[in-house]
Parts: sequence; C-alpha cells; structure tokens
Amino acid sequence: MSNDKLERAGKAQKRGNILLVGVGGQGTILASKVLSEGLMRAGCDVKMSEIHGMSQRGGSVSTHVKFGPVVYSPIIDEGRADILVSFEKVEAARWLTYLRPGGMLVVNDYEIRPLSVLTGAAQYPEDVIGKLKDVVPNLLAFDAGAIAARLGSVKAQNIVLLGALVKCMGLDDIDWRTVLKDIVPSKTYELNVRAFEAGAEKI
Amino acid sequence: MRQIMTGNEAIARGAWEAGCRVAAAYPGTPSSEILENIAGYDEIDSEWSTNEKVALEVASGASIAGARSLAAMKHVGLNVAADPFFTMSYIGASGGLVVVTADDPGLFSSQNEQDNRWYALHAKTPMLEPSDSQECLDFIKDAFDISERFDAPVLFRVTTRICHSKSVVELGVREDVPVKPYERDPAKRVMTPAAAKARRYILEEREKKLREFSNECSYNKIEWAASRKVGVIASGIGYQHAREAFETEDFSYLKLGFTYPLPDELIRRFAEGVEKIYVVEENEPYIETFVKSLGIACEGRSLLPAVDELNAGIIQSAVLGREAKSGPSAGVLPPPRPPVLCPGCSHRGVFYTLSKEKDIVVSSDIGCYTLGVAPPLSVTDSVICMGASVSAGIGYFKAFSSAQKDAREEKPEKQKKPPKIFSVIGDSTFFHSGVTGLIDAVINKSESALLILDNRTTAMTGHQENPGTGFTIKGDATVRINLRDLCAACGVRPENVRTVDSYDISAVTQAVRDAKASREFFVIIAEQPCALIKDVVRRRAGLRCEVDRDKCIGCKACVKAGCPALSPNDGKVEIDSAMCNGCMICAEICPTGAISRVGEFDE
Ligand SMILES: Cc1ncc(C[n+]2csc(CCOP(=O)(O)OP(=O)(O)O)c2C)c(N)n1
Repeated sequence: MSNDKLERAGKAQKRGNILLVGVGGQGTILASKVLSEGLMRAGCDVKMSEIHGMSQRGGSVSTHVKFGPVVYSPIIDEGRADILVSFEKVEAARWLTYLRPGGMLVVNDYEIRPLSVLTGAAQYPEDVIGKLKDVVPNLLAFDAGAIAARLGSVKAQNIVLLGALVKCMGLDDIDWRTVLKDIVPSKTYELNVRAFEAGAEKI
Repeated sequence: MRQIMTGNEAIARGAWEAGCRVAAAYPGTPSSEILENIAGYDEIDSEWSTNEKVALEVASGASIAGARSLAAMKHVGLNVAADPFFTMSYIGASGGLVVVTADDPGLFSSQNEQDNRWYALHAKTPMLEPSDSQECLDFIKDAFDISERFDAPVLFRVTTRICHSKSVVELGVREDVPVKPYERDPAKRVMTPAAAKARRYILEEREKKLREFSNECSYNKIEWAASRKVGVIASGIGYQHAREAFETEDFSYLKLGFTYPLPDELIRRFAEGVEKIYVVEENEPYIETFVKSLGIACEGRSLLPAVDELNAGIIQSAVLGREAKSGPSAGVLPPPRPPVLCPGCSHRGVFYTLSKEKDIVVSSDIGCYTLGVAPPLSVTDSVICMGASVSAGIGYFKAFSSAQKDAREEKPEKQKKPPKIFSVIGDSTFFHSGVTGLIDAVINKSESALLILDNRTTAMTGHQENPGTGFTIKGDATVRINLRDLCAACGVRPENVRTVDSYDISAVTQAVRDAKASREFFVIIAEQPCALIKDVVRRRAGLRCEVDRDKCIGCKACVKAGCPALSPNDGKVEIDSAMCNGCMICAEICPTGAISRVGEFDE
C-alpha cells in the first residue's frame, strides 16, 4: 500500500459525532464545511447536516458533522455527540443533552442576548460557564470572539473555535491550511489561518 | 472526482450530467439551492419563475418541445403546481420531465408537514426517493431516462435532511442529449375531455408497466442478513436512520428508491424471507399502507411517531425498546431564541406602526415579515399560505360587514365600526399569488387595505431575484415590474395607492390612517431594500445610531420595536454598533430625541 493509502486507512478507523451550535449568523456552517472537507480529504466517510431558512434569522442553529468508515444517518441524536462546540454560552446549555456521557464541550465564552432578554420577557442566566463546568468535567471555555477581534475581526471566531476543535480531536495532521485556502474567501484567508492557529493554541 | 455535496448540489449536478436543457423553479426551503446551483451551468436555460405553477408549466412546455427539463419546488409548491402536474401525467413527456418536490418533515421552515409521496399515487406518476447525495446525483440522471421511457413526468421526492445534508459524491460527466425534433400530436397533448379519456386508459396500462419496472429495477433492492428473522422496509432518509439504529442488529433490509408504483412482488419475496417486518418512514404511512394492502403484516406507525422527523434514537427506543439516552443538563433555563427580524429590517417600522393602531385586523402572509407576529410587535391575526393575505382579507371584510348588518338591525344604538382589515404581503409573494387576490378585491369592492412590503428581494429563502428586482437568476438585467403601475392596471384608483419609505414611521402611520378612512380598496407600498442585500450592507456600513446617555430617560419605548441591536443597560439603552445599520426607527420612536445617527452613506 502506498503511504497515502496507509494513512487513509488509518484515518478511516476514526469516527466521531460533532455538533456545532450557535446563533444564526455566527458562521457555524462555514466552520462545519471546512471540518467536513478536511475529514473527507483524510479518507473518512463524512456526513454533515445543516438547517437553512427560517432558523437563520438570529435564531438558535445547529450543524451536525459525523465521520467514520461508513456513516448512515446525517444527524446526531441526543446523548451521542462526542464533542459539542457551542459558539455562544447559553446555546451550550440549550444543546447540552446532545453530549454523550464523557463527551467534551468546547464553549465560546461569548454572550449574545436574545430578543426575549432584551425586551425583558426572559432572563439571561448567570454564571453559565460555571454551571456547565459542574456537570461536564471535560470542558474547554474561552472567549473566541475576543481572540478573533484582536486578530482583526470578530467574525473569525468560528475559525478560532474550529482550530481548538481540530486540536482536541487530534486531527491536526490534516492539511487544514490548504482546506481553508480552498473554502474561505481569499480576502479573509490570512486572517482565518491566524484565527485557526490561535484556536489550536488554546489546547 | 470525489466531492462533498449537499443533496441539492448533487441534484443540480446530476441534472446537468443528464443533459437537462431547461430548468425552472420558485424558491422555497429546502429546495432553493437546486436552481441556484443549476444556474451555474451554462448549458441549462434556467429561470426563477413567478410561482411553482408557472415553473412546472415552463418545464412542461419545454418537455413537449423535446428538451430534457426540470422543475423544482418545496412541498407546498406542488400544491400550487398540482394542476399542471396532474394533467402532465396524461400528456406525458417527450424530453424527460422531472419534478423535484422537497418535503419538510419536522417543519424546519414550512407552514405544514404534508407528505408529497401521495401526489405520485394520486397523479399516477413514477417516483424516485434518494437517500443521500450520491443517490441524488445517480437517481436524477436516471429520472430523465425513466420519464422518456415510460412517457411520464417523474416525481423526484427529497426531504430537508437529504437536501441540506452533505455527503461524499463521485462525479460523472455530462451526456449531451439533443433536443428531440418537434412533432405535433394534438390527440396526445390537447387535453379535451375526449382526448383525456383516451389517455386515461393509457395511464392504466402505463401503471402496470411501471409496477413491473419497480419490481425489477436496481433502485429497489433486498439486503439479506445472515439471520432471516427481522426485515426492515425503508426509503429515503428513513433508510439511513434505520441502518444506524440497527447497526448492531442482524436485520435484513428492503431498500426502496423507486417508490411509485411500489414493488408488490419484491415486497412479497422479502416478506417470505423474514419472520417480522418493520416499516421505517417519516410522517405518513405511505409504504406501510401498501404493504398491508398486500395482506402482509408489518409494524410502522403503531410504533413510530407520525409527527416530526425521525432519528436513530427514536427508532431504537420504538423498535428495540432501548432507553433513549439523553446527555447531562446544566440546570439553567436557556431563554428562548426564535428567529427575529434582523437589525435594520425594513419590515420592522411597518409592524411597529400597526402595533400602535387600534381596531385593525392583520391578514398576513409568508416571508420574513411573518415574524411580525412575535413579541414585542405581536401583530398578525392569520397566515395561511402564499398569497392568502389579500384574498382572506376580502373574506374577513365580508364576514365583519355581515355581522355588522345583524348588529344594526338588533341594536341600532350600540353600533360599533368593524375593524379595518390590513392584508400584509411581501413583494415576491405578491407577484407569486397576491395579484389575483388584488384583482378580486377591487372588482368585488372590498374595503380592506393592502400593504405591500417591497424589500426588493425574496429575503426569507435566501435573496432570490423576483419580478420586482430587475434581474434574472443569472444576474442579467431585465424588465422590472413596477408595483404601482401593476396595482393601477388591476383597477386600484391612483389616489388610493400610496408609496412610502418603510423607515419613515410618520409617513407609514399617515398612510395607514388614510387607508383606515378609505371606503375603497387602498394599497400602501412600503419601500426599503432588505438590510442584508450585499449592496445595502456596503452602502450603510458606516452608519450607526448612538444614544445620548444624558438625554435617555430609560423609558424603553424604543425597545418595543424589537430590534436585537438595542439593549437596556443600567437604566439606559445601548445600541450595538456592529449590528446597527442606522435605520433610525428607534430614533423616531424615542420621546426625548436621545438617539441620533452618525456616519455617512458609502455611495
Ligand atoms: C407555495 C410556496 N412556495 C414557496 C414558499 C417558500 N417561501 C416562504 S416565504 C417566501 C418568499 C418571501 O419573499 P417576500 O414575499 O418578498 O418576503 P421577504 O421574505 O422578502 O420579506 C417563499 C418563497 C412557500 N411557503 N410556499
């Protein structure tokens, strides 16, 4: 077997369910796209499911990425995500039941107050990260928004989180730079590479 | 070449590889990206049609004229296109004719959860159901052949999780299929009652041939397991969920990809080979009903829910009795986060104005502006389907007038004016099916009013062009239909058509008051492009509103317009400058003049 094939065979042994959640407009779909493309190039079977339309107008959104030797259903059921990546604090709490026992939570320490809170109809809960830590031992929380803002644009927070995710999954041997180059707009490529590396350094 | 693609991208690619020449659609989630992707192939003449009926008729004409053609729509779109669909089943196809219906189990972005597989049975058209992106590509290529071979339109049924899931696809090459030489055939294509009756018999014959095909074709196949105890029958995404749910079980499968007519002989053979059968399908018991009609026992709807989409966990607990394992709970109550009108949305000011008006009823429609029903705006009494705002408004007026007549006869002293009816509709929806209602309102002398929210795009479904934008699907400039002229041509008196700036609350309020006072049908056209249109974003990027903290009295009047950029903080209001586009609605509402705009337009 050629080296390439050997490597592919090795990768194909890996499997995982990753759920990315956040608020419509935060770039969960782009991050998932980069992730799925990288996994496919590494020889895995990959399925990704996203929701368009109504749910994008500032609502709570989710993208499912599943990979392995063979993937059937494109969606992750409750209690079966190996990693939950939440682009916003309270969204982590909303989707937490999707995490499997012992699974890992990567959460952006970043707050977007929904309209129900802005109008006073509901409360944004206090100390969300603290409460998440109480029930999820395997948790990584940091402010990806602040890191992205320092690098040039808060919009790159999705790729900061992706960098962290890829590192904790041990998938950092995939050529993510090339994948980024092929997928993100060329204008934002440099920024996104820096965002990706800054995220990876968080691990 | 291997590529990771959504089902919609794969359908577009497959249509192109199959030599499709003409494609037409009206957008609708989850189907919209099919035409958006097809438009990228120059060999296919593609268009955004005014509505789904038009789209299917365009494709039908092209098929009759000899070209391979496709029409795509969301599930409710096929209701609109049902008329040509049923009769094209009689007329048949010269160039292959494929109708894609994208259903939405789980109602992610739809007003109902109808299962369009029944349409194939009802119209007697062959139906294909792919279960992933590779099958989307392979099946749609074959769909054109099947259509030509059996002289029938093919219904290509997909669902949200097929359309919007990505999986790995092996691409093929384009087969150049020439347009067939045109031959006139009135007996086959002019559907007079006599001609239709003759075709009706042919349909029955075709049905028999199609069922034979269904029994033999490669889209329907048995996957035997070592143990022959349990068998699962499934199609589409249901098959994928079932495979995952029963990954550790030794179950056999009958995977169905050609699902009308269903394969009776194959199902019998499968049933003979196993002891027990489960049918795994979302929503309607379409396959199950047929299996039972063959006298074969099976379980499906008795175990699995009819409502919402399925997943492997639901199937496992229903069939295997395995406890669903939900993850941890953080013990915090997440505040609700439904979709909302965006910051700078041109619909906000209009709904804010309506929220302040007393004695009105709002018959609204489908689009981003449906979100006007949500708090704090809380405007809208009913939404039925595209275009219904106008026509239902006519009905409201008739019922209220009739009730008022009774009241006048019974208690003349207690006469109360009935509420004024405002029908609210977006530009794309108005062109789609609001115009016919408008004509009806005018000639039947309805005293309701119509508010057309012209944001120069089809925003809800991802900013497609429409007859009011002046561009085709390919981005070429074309005629822009003028709404004001259109209303006048439909008989609305010019003095009863008012055009206002959607961001100008006092102008909108004045127009609404005038409409309320009018005893004739009144139209308000509220203009302001969608804040998310690229060019609008660029022009307004430097604009934002700011609060003068000394003038702000913390009354929160501005917050009642429901803009996500505004947040109360320490008894004052703050505006998120990254979100704000300087629309000034909050500034117009502020009673103390504490909000002002800074920055310049980038012209
Ligand atoms: C028959 C039918 N076709 C398509 C759709 C999908 N759909 C929902 S809203 C909408 C268009 C809305 O555009 P517009 O009226 O301009 O309002 P906007 O979203 O721009 O505010 C479409 C195509 C539908 N619900 N029903």
